Amino acid sequence: MSQIPVDLKYVSTHEWLRAEPDGSFTIGITDHAQDALGDLVFVELPEVGRDVAAGEACAVVESVKAASDIYAPIAGRISTVNTTLIDAPEQVNTDCYGAGWLFRLTPAGAADTGELLDAEAYRALLDQGG
Amino acid sequence: MPFIPHTPEDVQAMLDAIGVTDVTELFDEIPPALRWSRVEGVPPGASEMAIGRLMRERAAKDGNDLCFLGAGAYEHHIPAAVWEITTRGEFYSAYTPYQAEASQGTLQLIYEYQSMMTALMDMDVSNASLYDGASALAEAALMALRLHRGDVRRIWMPAAVHPHYRETVRTIVEGQGIALIEVPYDPVTGQTQAMALDDLPDAAALVIPQPNFFGRLEEVDALTDAARARGALVIAVVNPLAMAVLKPPGAWGAAGGADIACGDGQPLGIPLAGGGPYYGFLCCRSEHVRQMPGRIVGRTVDRDGKTGYTLTLQPREQHIRRAKATSNICTNQGLMVTASTIHMALLGAEGLARAALSSHARATALAGQLAALPGVSLRFAGPFFHEFVLTLPRPVAPVLASLADVGILGGYDLSAAYPELGHALLVCATETRTAADLARYTATLSSILGDDA
Repeated sequence: MSQIPVDLKYVSTHEWLRAEPDGSFTIGITDHAQDALGDLVFVELPEVGRDVAAGEACAVVESVKAASDIYAPIAGRISTVNTTLIDAPEQVNTDCYGAGWLFRLTPAGAADTGELLDAEAYRALLDQGG
Repeated sequence: MPFIPHTPEDVQAMLDAIGVTDVTELFDEIPPALRWSRVEGVPPGASEMAIGRLMRERAAKDGNDLCFLGAGAYEHHIPAAVWEITTRGEFYSAYTPYQAEASQGTLQLIYEYQSMMTALMDMDVSNASLYDGASALAEAALMALRLHRGDVRRIWMPAAVHPHYRETVRTIVEGQGIALIEVPYDPVTGQTQAMALDDLPDAAALVIPQPNFFGRLEEVDALTDAARARGALVIAVVNPLAMAVLKPPGAWGAAGGADIACGDGQPLGIPLAGGGPYYGFLCCRSEHVRQMPGRIVGRTVDRDGKTGYTLTLQPREQHIRRAKATSNICTNQGLMVTASTIHMALLGAEGLARAALSSHARATALAGQLAALPGVSLRFAGPFFHEFVLTLPRPVAPVLASLADVGILGGYDLSAAYPELGHALLVCATETRTAADLARYTATLSSILGDDA
């Protein structure tokens, strides 16, 4: 059974978001996603300062069998990236909601979080085979 | 066993499974105007006997000319063993293998090829080869754009790069909104000038040819440093044989060398054959490997600890990443690479260096003899590898025709690609040209030009 922490938001492409006190959002991939991908061998992170639109591909996670785009769940500017993943991409497998976070982005104004899923809705999505 | 694996029944079963009535429906994304129902100008089939005769007759027309023509493809001695071994049944395929367990020998050969190319280029990684030198340069340009990550969609492309290479790169990159910014050459030295970059808008990468199309050696260190100072990557497009004696791309400039080295592998064991097949090579620094197009063979151990070879770094390729693949050119020239690897193994580093130095010595001798003829001069001052530009006292094309009449391929007429150079002729001599060959060319050219005086 996938871990789906209740304090996070989710999107259907299997990224999670956490609202930070400074107004930024931390983004990673879900337990379901890391499990489906298998052992990660490489993470390509976005450039800090880049503006991304909601739904824009901005990172790539690569396992021994697949390379998958990571989509920005909301629009914003990339403020920080998790550079420890460059040498230790396996942190995404071992701790996807903690040390395996990918990047943070700061929305230009109030974040449009209306389309985001809560844990219950994301669980329902997985149960439907999504 | 049929060569076409799907019977009509197989095809129908597959169509039924996906709910499509006809194969053509699978192509409905392609506008009808772009779908070709038949290829124009191709005659109907002929029997094996008739084709064999046609080919022999056409081959005979090629004659056995004395060749001083280079311009991107070069005649070198190839030991008889190279193609004897290459055409063994175990090797005789043009493709890289997908099934590692079934093709350890071929994979090991490609691994050896990659090791030799990285040693020759002083780079960290080589792919398993690409289609040819020109498309390898286009792939290198696209790779540099991905690596550069900026918004700059430009490549600095010297005018002294092979005109066909520039055309191929333009064809492949322009549709992706990438502009080629021409870097001029110095009219006195024929070299690409680092200073010229100062007047040009920023670019993601500078292409540096070595030697350049005129045969001239470029100031690779100064060019590399000038590109770096502007935040651009460096793409080396080199003659691989020349790299046996010149400073390799990995050592260019004050810091780190070129980012990507590419070129045509033809000088390494591939005969001149009506323009091909040849193959392209592409090497890079290890930090760039995930943006490298094509296949890479890696060496590993199996669970019993025995050495094994396998295709590696595959998730970026088209069979997994589809439209987002690093490259959609993966078909390589496996058989050419096989020949090249055997050629390099037989010659060794010393043999390659001797072939390169011998070619340089022949070209230098020939340049001296020809430039001493009345009205003939070397167009550019400074060192060259095995090719040089002559200025003739009259138009080049009729002179080449007169040389061809007596069985001499005199060189490449530059007047179409470089009209500003006047009556300019690009001449090549490799280690295959003897002193008697040089004397014959000199005497014949002297006689042809003398008739005119």
